[in-house]
This record gives sequence, C-alpha cells and structure tokens, in this order.
Amino acid sequence: MDMTSPVAETALQAASVSPFLSQLSLFVLAIFVGYYVVWSVTPALHTPLMAVTNAISSVIIVGALVAAGPADMSIAKILGIIAIGLAAVNIFGGFAVTQRMLAMYKKKK
Amino acid sequence: MTVQNITDLTALAYLVAGVLFIMALRGLSSPETSLKGNMYGMIGMVIAVVTTLANPEIVSYEWIAIAVVIGGAIGILTALRIPMTSMPQLVAAFHSLVGMAAVLVAAAAFLEPGGFGITDAMGKIFAASRVEMSLGAAIGAITFSGSVIAFAKLNGNMSGAPIMLPGRHLINAALGVAIIGMIFAFALNDGLAIAGFDLMWWIIGLSFIIGFLIIIPIGGADMPVVVSMLNSYSGWAAAGIGFTLQNNALIVTGALVGSSGAILSYIMCKAMNRSFISVILGGFGGEDAVAGNGEVETRPVKQGSAEDAAFIMKNAGSVIIVPGYGMAVAQAQHALREMVDVLKEEGVKVSYAIHPVAGRMPGHMNVLLAEANVPYDEVFELEDINNEFSQTDVAFVIGANDVTNPAAKTDKTSPIYGMPVLDVEKAGTVLFVKRGMASGYAGVQNELFFRDNTMMLFSDAKKMVDNIVKAL
Repeated sequence: MDMTSPVAETALQAASVSPFLSQLSLFVLAIFVGYYVVWSVTPALHTPLMAVTNAISSVIIVGALVAAGPADMSIAKILGIIAIGLAAVNIFGGFAVTQRMLAMYKKKK
Repeated sequence: MTVQNITDLTALAYLVAGVLFIMALRGLSSPETSLKGNMYGMIGMVIAVVTTLANPEIVSYEWIAIAVVIGGAIGILTALRIPMTSMPQLVAAFHSLVGMAAVLVAAAAFLEPGGFGITDAMGKIFAASRVEMSLGAAIGAITFSGSVIAFAKLNGNMSGAPIMLPGRHLINAALGVAIIGMIFAFALNDGLAIAGFDLMWWIIGLSFIIGFLIIIPIGGADMPVVVSMLNSYSGWAAAGIGFTLQNNALIVTGALVGSSGAILSYIMCKAMNRSFISVILGGFGGEDAVAGNGEVETRPVKQGSAEDAAFIMKNAGSVIIVPGYGMAVAQAQHALREMVDVLKEEGVKVSYAIHPVAGRMPGHMNVLLAEANVPYDEVFELEDINNEFSQTDVAFVIGANDVTNPAAKTDKTSPIYGMPVLDVEKAGTVLFVKRGMASGYAGVQNELFFRDNTMMLFSDAKKMVDNIVKAL
C-alpha cells in the first residue's frame, strides 16, 4: 500500500481489488484446500497431523521477527523476542516430534 | 533491485512456503509419503523465516538468535524425551504456545504499528488492521488459556472432572458479547480506553478469562474433542495475525490448520456421538457419567485364566485385538506385540481394530502401536474391520470398554446410544481383559460382559498379557 504511485489516482487503478479482498480470497481458497487435503489424511496419522499443524502454525514467528527486528529496545521488541522463543519451541519441537512418530510407522516385514 | 521487486519477491517466497505446508499435510495421506511431507514442512518454515530475516527493516539479530536457540533447544529436547502416551499433553502445551505467540505479536503490532506497515499518513492503525489484530489476539488468548487448562487436565495436574460454576452459561455469554462489542468499538475508534487501559488490552484480558472458563467444565472423556478444537483455534489465530501482517504464508497456514482442527473435532464428536455444541457448552460429559450407576450388578460373568486365554487363541484361526487407552496406561503394548508374534508363529491371523477414540487424541492408539513395532498394515480403522468380527474366532479386548458396548446399538436409554462401536460380540469368543467390574468412562455397564461367548480375564493388562505369553 505504501508503494502507491501517483498513477494510482487514475480510474484504472481505482477499480483494482483492495489488498484485503485478495487476501480474503486466498484465505477462503486455502480453507477449501485444507478441507480436502485433511480429509485425505489417513486416520492412523491423525496424531502426527496435529503435531505438524502445530509446527507449521508457528510460522507466526515471521510476525515476531518483524517485532523484534528494530535496533532500539522497546516493549514491542521484548514481546517479539518472547514470541520468537515460544514459536521456536513449537517449530523445532513440533517437527522433531512428528519426525519421531512418523519414523515408527513400519510396514509388515 | 527496486523496493517493488523486493516486495514481490518476498510475497512469492511466502507463497512457496504456503504451498510447501500444503504438501506437508498432503504427505500424511499415507505413512510411506509422510516423512517426505514433514521435510516439505521444514523447508517451508526455513523459507518463511529466511525471507522475513532478509527484510531490510530487521536490523538487529542478536536477541532473535538467542530466542531461537533457547526455544529450539527446549523444543527439541522435549520432543525427543516425551513418552508417546503423553502426546496429548504435549500437543496441548504446543497449542498454548502458538496462542500466546499470536497474542504477543498482536500486542507488538498494536504498540509499534509503524514497523508492521499498518498505519495511515496520520500514524493511526488502519481500521481493518485493528479488526484483524484484535480478532487474532482474542482467538490467540482463548487458545492459550484453554490449552493450559487442557494440558493440566490431561497431565493430571488438575482433576479431569468437569468443574461447574453456577451460571456459567450466562457468564460466558456475557463475556463473549463484551469481547465482540469491544472489537467493534476498537475497530470504529482507535484510542478508546476503559479505566486507563486501551480496549486492545481489555479484549486480550477477557479472552484469557473466557478461554479458561470454556474449558474447565469439560470432562476428561471429551478431551480429544477439546484438543482438536484448540488446534483449530490456533490456526484461526494465526490467520488473523496473517491478515494484520498481510503475510500470505501465515494466512494460508492459518486456514489449513484451522480447517484441519475443525475436521478432527468433527471426527471425534462423531466417534463419541456427541454434538460439537454440547461439548463446547461443556459439562455434559460429567452429567452422562453419573447416569446408569444406579443399580448394583448381580448377573454372573464367565471368568477365565491366562492359560484358558492362551489355549483359546492358539487354537483359533483368526484373532482381532481391540486395544484401548487402558492398555497404554498399563504399558502393555510391547507385551501385547510379543503375544501377537507368538500367535503368528502358531499360524494365527492377527489384526488390530482401532476405534477413533481408543486413545486420548485422534490417532493416538495408532502411534502407541507403531511405537511397539506393530506394522501399520495390521492395524485397521473401525469402518474397515467391523464387518470382519462375524468371521473371526476370537476378539481380544484389552483396555477398551465403552467402544465395545453393544448397548450403543440397541438400548435407546443408554447414554452412549448411537455411538459407533466395534461389533466384538459377533466374534466366536470374546476375551475381555479388565481389572475389575467397574464401568468405563461413560459410566455405563457393558452388556458384553454377560454374554455367553464372553470370557472375562480379570487382571492388570500387562500382567495378563505376560502370563498369556508364558502359557503359549
């Protein structure tokens, strides 16, 4: 949005979709993708599914990184650093425990 | 490169991360592809983090590195040490961390909106961003406090029994309305405060309280639903923050995780024949547990010894094992697999039947059996194996109870009526390992015990299986 150039005042630009709506479209489509992908997960792997969704939802760390990024110390930066720590527990722990579980599933010899 | 190029490149990288996360979940469609899927997930995470770190606005890395190292070490050590029986607690604890991280990020964005690029020319936060951040923070806070309670109940720090506050529905409804009202007010007018605290803090505070209040009345038996539901919430919280940050990777991930948790909650509710609403409103699990405990049971049951069980199974053509959480509590899964190995050497065909709520969370029993080296292609889900009981010589029930109760199919007055159950009574002989005659989680007497073809094996699950192995 902060990239808006003077051209943005023309009629063509004014009619373009707002960033919120394109994000909303992505969100709604991703819900549908999630719906079909998750139904195709075998019930035997539902526990690893929960562990791995835990790990990937910790991609919220990207927000924490932005908060912790500035050079000057501030409350927001401290909150960001704590959030990075929490999300890191989840990312490393979530992927590691998923890996550990999945490695146990063996086929009949 | 121009600023525009960098922005586009960044967005593209986040999109790639989102696609990799979809492929991570897709990999779980079979155990063969699952490890590859997990790898995709890790690559996606690395791409998302590296892309963010390359953002020119991030200039200070020391504290970031410290937090990642400490958090990462705690995460990995926990993941490697946790016993598989404690997986539900671990997942609940992880949910609470995602929830708290969402709250912290939202709070940081509220305090320093400039750094997140969500302010207008006047330095005020966009109204849309205020809605997104307050929603994300509220769901995150509910996820956090709810998961902490779920963890305490699952881990035994807190009794699994429902805690009923008088007028709790009214309190929850009032809190819910207050939170929604505040989000509206916060969206319409930046800078509103009550008692000197900005509305944002009130929204977060009340959400912590309501998360706590929603989960305390839910009984231990409903925990699989609760854990799945909190999984879903953590996703919606992440998505809310994703909208605030205009980050596509976070939006896609939030949507995936949100729908994943919702589907798992639905599957768990169906497996317990409970409506989602009644679980969320809470407490009904506890009321059910009291029902049916009225009369003292006097009917005779047939009892057997480990030797009897060994004899019956050795001479059977096929055996289906029905494990429940009681087996895991007794740590009998390894002994059980030994027993099955011996039976297979004797030429007996053995398979396992898993009810969706056999463990404490979706798919929990499958993990416990996998840990005991049971091959996954011998383990079947309820709908895949239920027809086979009638052609099976022996059903060996160990640590399960309610999920085998035929009353769920016939007795309309039973609290578990309508719940899908394993048709073990159709097998030639039912061997039922159990400590005593106590009823199961739902508090209902199991009709199966009094059937002619049922033999009760009263003992601790592990001791009984060990003795059967010896007798074989």
